Amino acid sequence: MTIAEPVFRRRLFLRRSTALGFSILCVAATLLAVVVLGILLVQVASKGLDRVSWDFINSFPSRKPEDAGIKAALWGTLWIMGITAIFAVPVGLGAAIYLEEYAPRNWLTRVIQVNISNLAGVPSVVYGLLGLAVFVRAMQLERSVLAGALTMALLVLPIIIIAAQEALRAVPNSIREAAYAVGASRSQMVFHQIVPAALPGVLTGVILALSRAIGETAPLITIGALLFVPFTPHGPLDKFTVLPIQIFNWTSRPQEAFQQNAAAGIIVLLAVLLTMNSIAIFLRNRFQANARG
Amino acid sequence: MTRTAFERQLLAVQEDMLVMAGMVETAIERGIEALKTRNVNLAQQIIEDDLKINRKRYETEDKCLELIATQQPLASDLRTIVSVLHITVDLERMGDHAEGIAKIALMLADEPPLKPYIDIPRMAQVGIEMLMGSLEAFKDRDPARARAICDQDDEVDALYEQVYRELLTFMINDPRTIQRATYLIWTAHNLERIADRVTNICERVIYLVEGHIEELNVSKY
Amino acid sequence: MIDEQLQNAERLVPVPSVGRPEPRAEVSAPQKAAGIASEHAEAVLEARGLNVFYGHFQALRNVSIEVPGRDITAIIGPSGCGKSTFIRCFNRMNDTIAGFRAEGEVLFQNQSIYERRIDVVEVRRRIGMVFQKPNPFPKSIYENVAFGPRINGYEGRLDEIVERALHRAALWDEVKDKIRQNAFALSGGQQQRLCIARALAIEPEVILMDEPCSALDPVATLKIEDLMRELARDYTIVIVTHNMQQAARVSDWTAVMMMSEDRAGECIEFGATNEIFTNPKDKRTEDYITGRFG
Repeated sequence: MTIAEPVFRRRLFLRRSTALGFSILCVAATLLAVVVLGILLVQVASKGLDRVSWDFINSFPSRKPEDAGIKAALWGTLWIMGITAIFAVPVGLGAAIYLEEYAPRNWLTRVIQVNISNLAGVPSVVYGLLGLAVFVRAMQLERSVLAGALTMALLVLPIIIIAAQEALRAVPNSIREAAYAVGASRSQMVFHQIVPAALPGVLTGVILALSRAIGETAPLITIGALLFVPFTPHGPLDKFTVLPIQIFNWTSRPQEAFQQNAAAGIIVLLAVLLTMNSIAIFLRNRFQANARG
Repeated sequence: MTRTAFERQLLAVQEDMLVMAGMVETAIERGIEALKTRNVNLAQQIIEDDLKINRKRYETEDKCLELIATQQPLASDLRTIVSVLHITVDLERMGDHAEGIAKIALMLADEPPLKPYIDIPRMAQVGIEMLMGSLEAFKDRDPARARAICDQDDEVDALYEQVYRELLTFMINDPRTIQRATYLIWTAHNLERIADRVTNICERVIYLVEGHIEELNVSKY
Repeated sequence: MIDEQLQNAERLVPVPSVGRPEPRAEVSAPQKAAGIASEHAEAVLEARGLNVFYGHFQALRNVSIEVPGRDITAIIGPSGCGKSTFIRCFNRMNDTIAGFRAEGEVLFQNQSIYERRIDVVEVRRRIGMVFQKPNPFPKSIYENVAFGPRINGYEGRLDEIVERALHRAALWDEVKDKIRQNAFALSGGQQQRLCIARALAIEPEVILMDEPCSALDPVATLKIEDLMRELARDYTIVIVTHNMQQAARVSDWTAVMMMSEDRAGECIEFGATNEIFTNPKDKRTEDYITGRFG
């Protein structure tokens, strides 16, 4: 059965037009996202770029907008992120390894799996309430960096677990078989072959998690991060504030100058985020290069 | 049924072998005929036709080689092809023997026969029976028949002995008959060799079916 | 002349050990039930009445095969007849599959390897395996070969062990200048030889090969076949293959497996390779080998 030439040509034209239309739609969607993001960035930059200076970064907040700086918030953010990572990454990776490589495939494991997926979608303020009850009150950590970091760790844990599980699952089974065949025990196989091979994916998960954490305001407010902090934390039990809270604080002040400060704060926040991501991406590419040759 | 093309080619090669056997049978029959009737033209024809027999052998051989190279035959297919290769060799040699008989017929055509030919045609007849029987055993994959045919070789050997003694007597009594008698002995010898070759074919049939070579033509001497 | 060549071929055909450098004496192989007693070479691996189940599904039925030492034994048969399942019983790789259950005996050096007190890591160290698709670790060539000895706590300099293994796998000359490069930079055939080197590095006694050449081009395949024959001097090799010409070229012994109606695999014949391929005893073997079936 053959197709008559004119029919074929018409159908071909339709096919080509549809394909073209679809590509245009995709490009338009991308442009939309990029343009919106661009507008946001340009707005922020135009407002706050002048305000960003070494003084700004190195000063504490004050009632006078010209003197106010972001030092406390910046250090608070770095402390929180650091301790969150220290808690969340090993626990998350460990849980993922257990669920993927060790746990028997029974109903209990499935229940755990479903719960973790659900936890990823729980609103962050709920984590704040949990942190308040458990870390601040019950464990008596007060409103410290440690309490905040633990709360954030709980928040990002499901994200890390899910991403790490995906990464572990993506390692081809042939590697597991090959490791067993040379006489590796299960833990040798997992830790010497699977985890190193999954590391790029795990790092991606960590990037995602920490990027989420750096911007979360609600849980930290709930556990009692301060709004006006004229000092930087010296230890995990000190009180603290973080960049989002500081920015929020400034935006709620009427003076125009504070709006500028807020914009400048946003720029600093974005810069920290970008730096963190770049480090993680660099590490991921390093590991991927090792794995792929 | 898979491998239909291969099946067809395998059958074709066996067909070729049977055709060649038919050509050899014709040559033997005609050779004896030429001898008995002193027909020079017939003898010439047989000698020419032997080229066709040789060609047929090489054609069949080529086809077998092609099958081996392109189809990787195994087990009974492999034994079949190897058997065909061997049998065509035997058939070609038989054709040469028939040609020899025709040449002798040419040489004896000028003179009257030494005696009525009885045993020699009888040898040819048995030989032809054995030949056609062995190829039927091949077609039917019948090792029992093959073994039975080999026993007939004894009859041919006995006839040969008889012919030899008879001709020897002639030669002793009358030296003028020596030339003709010698030619006739060669004729009988050719026919005896033909029958021997048939036993080779029978051995091949058993090899084809049972997978091993069994010596069937152990001389009683 | 073709006659002479044919006659020479005729002398070669009944002799066993096609493809071996030194021809061995004629071996007769009496059959008992579905199993074989080989009278000459000593059996290093043996399955006795092996039945394998995955859950309720029976994958192998009553398989009894003796694998002679320091020879190459090929396992052939149509797809799905359980060849891979069978070979993986020998190094207990099937343990990793859920629902796996083995009844009957699997013996290595006359000792059952499915007993509770047997250390499965030990089994896998002494019975190595090469897989169908080359699966080097995503690490350097050196690391690939060194991994086995390292985790098994081998003494001696790792560099020497790695070099020796790569020599034995006929790969050293091709990689000695790039031994720290990633394994995936190698061609398919080289990767497979790397996997063989990896298996050799832990000094096994047996090497199991599950269709090792099916993902490779013909030249790489022939190189690995040559390598197999070399290795067979020191190791016992069992190879599963779809490629009958390869089985005929390479092996000394052949086991023929078939799938029965209920899809359980059985061993229908075992014997010297040249016997199986020139004059098999079971009609099903004949049909399979000549391509009339399967």
